[in-house]
Amino acid sequence: MNDKPAYFEHGADIGVIGRGPTLEDAFAEAARATFAIMAPPDEVAERLGVEIDFDEPDVEFALVTWLNRLLAEARLHGAVFGRFELSRTGAHYRGRAFGCQWHPAIARGTEVKGATLTALSVTQDENGWEARCVVDV
Amino acid sequence: MDISRFKALSETCWTLPKAAGETRAEVQLYADRELLAEMDDKVAEQILNVARLPGIVGPALAMPDAHWGYGFPIGGVAAFDAERGGIISAGGVGFDISCGIRCLRSNLAWPDLAPRAAQLADALYRSIPAGVGEEGEIKLGIREIDDIMRQGANWALARGYGEEEDLQYIEEQGCVPGADPRQVSALAKQRQRGEMGTLGSGNHYLEVQVVEKVYDPACAEAFGLREGQIVVSIHCGSRGLGHQIGTDYLLSLAKAAGRLGIALPDRELACAPINSAEGRAYLGAMNAAINCALANRQILAHLTREVFARILPQARLTTLFDVSHNTCKRESHEVEGETRWLYVHRKGATRAFAPGHAQLPERYRQAGQPVIIGGSMGTGSYVLAGLAGNPAYASASHGAGRAMSRHAALKRWRGRELIDELAGRDILIRTRSLRGAAEEAPGAYKDVDRVAEATEKAGLAKRVAFLRPKICVKG
Repeated sequence: MNDKPAYFEHGADIGVIGRGPTLEDAFAEAARATFAIMAPPDEVAERLGVEIDFDEPDVEFALVTWLNRLLAEARLHGAVFGRFELSRTGAHYRGRAFGCQWHPAIARGTEVKGATLTALSVTQDENGWEARCVVDV
Repeated sequence: MDISRFKALSETCWTLPKAAGETRAEVQLYADRELLAEMDDKVAEQILNVARLPGIVGPALAMPDAHWGYGFPIGGVAAFDAERGGIISAGGVGFDISCGIRCLRSNLAWPDLAPRAAQLADALYRSIPAGVGEEGEIKLGIREIDDIMRQGANWALARGYGEEEDLQYIEEQGCVPGADPRQVSALAKQRQRGEMGTLGSGNHYLEVQVVEKVYDPACAEAFGLREGQIVVSIHCGSRGLGHQIGTDYLLSLAKAAGRLGIALPDRELACAPINSAEGRAYLGAMNAAINCALANRQILAHLTREVFARILPQARLTTLFDVSHNTCKRESHEVEGETRWLYVHRKGATRAFAPGHAQLPERYRQAGQPVIIGGSMGTGSYVLAGLAGNPAYASASHGAGRAMSRHAALKRWRGRELIDELAGRDILIRTRSLRGAAEEAPGAYKDVDRVAEATEKAGLAKRVAFLRPKICVKG
């Protein structure tokens, strides 16, 4: 896991980047970058976990689906997440997110409304996988 | 942006000439030379993509505050004819469906409020749920969410939020037809159960402002505005329900495009023919979200009135207008001498009906529709009025428009320092997010004065009054 979440420039919103040795790791890092916009990951205790699973044959759409499902689950639980795990079998994805409900001690960032298809890419090179897209804030 | 590729149609209207054999609609960008030069190249790229969508009528348009969005640029406007293959695009509306501004005028002047400004700021901060992770006190069941989607601001009024008179000063009197809750996912409805009466985050705000300058006394009188007067502006949208509808349909329409025979120039322009099952489904869901946003702002207006009543019992807040700027609406427009029903997408653009329009409340029938350009928390906002002869399907700017990315703003400003600096200029900021304050630094936005001036010069709307912020509750 990288120490600092990675981002790229977008005029009005924010571009998130996830990198890792596997596609699943890259997606988990993209999720960490997304949620770090809302709260510093080191301030998010692991007091609850949620499970997510979905089917998506297109890896780029899978990234958007993964991030948006996490955002929705966070809102449903009144929670923020700080750590993510993902596994994949073919087009089937099964993930877990760990975090806690919002409380006053967590520094508030900016709400992410959703992951978009803008600048969406999932690529692999000799260094591993990179997943990126713009999230709407 | 390199403006040498543009052809000036006037001082404030620019087009991109077509290459030989290029088949697309015209594009028109409304801006003065400097605003156009400051726009990101992506604005031109995105508006050219919009011009390639099926069934577009007339040019694809960009307002003076245009900046890089997803699908459409923010500040993008385009009209489509359902009977001629026209489409509806989730990327042409955005995630925050029916985000908009409710403007309330008061009977107070700044000297009435000044001695209690800090107390009012604190009370508004405590009473208006704002920022990421904040929920409101209103907890609803799914059936009530369905009712909100059908009834809009009427739902809120029936439960004691606001005043009957408010409705006539909300677009479509607070409830758009065509909402279809059956087209809204269970997840979207679940997300809204605790979010009615919340402001949200990012560029959303509740501002107490003072009318610093009146440009057009006759329109100002019609709008009930005078110099020195206190007004309140509430900027927010359809919250989690709208975000989830945007999420759901952006992906499903992008996937369906191929099946529907639409070659998307950009996946973000996810769309479907209006006269298709997919198009009708999105339209029904989007209208449901519009009604949700109208109800949300009605509740927030009520909560604001309650706070004012506690701190300044003599205060009376009445709705000046409530206008949305992320919508697609079916409207009648004259095109080449023919009156046609069109689906007008406005993504980060405000409707600006001309004087005499039948949908305007009687009070504004002669003045034209109030148009609100929301600026940054350190500069100010404008109230404008719709103009006859508006060349952009009765549309105008909606904000200052970002000049700098959030990332760049974070590198340049610190939230605490910014809040202190604004306090030194008699602007009280209340926020739970120092990061959000830095991202929303006034310097990260374009010059709102120039945007408003260009809006007027382009014949989109005329300036009526300038509002200076005094208190800002940031989301």
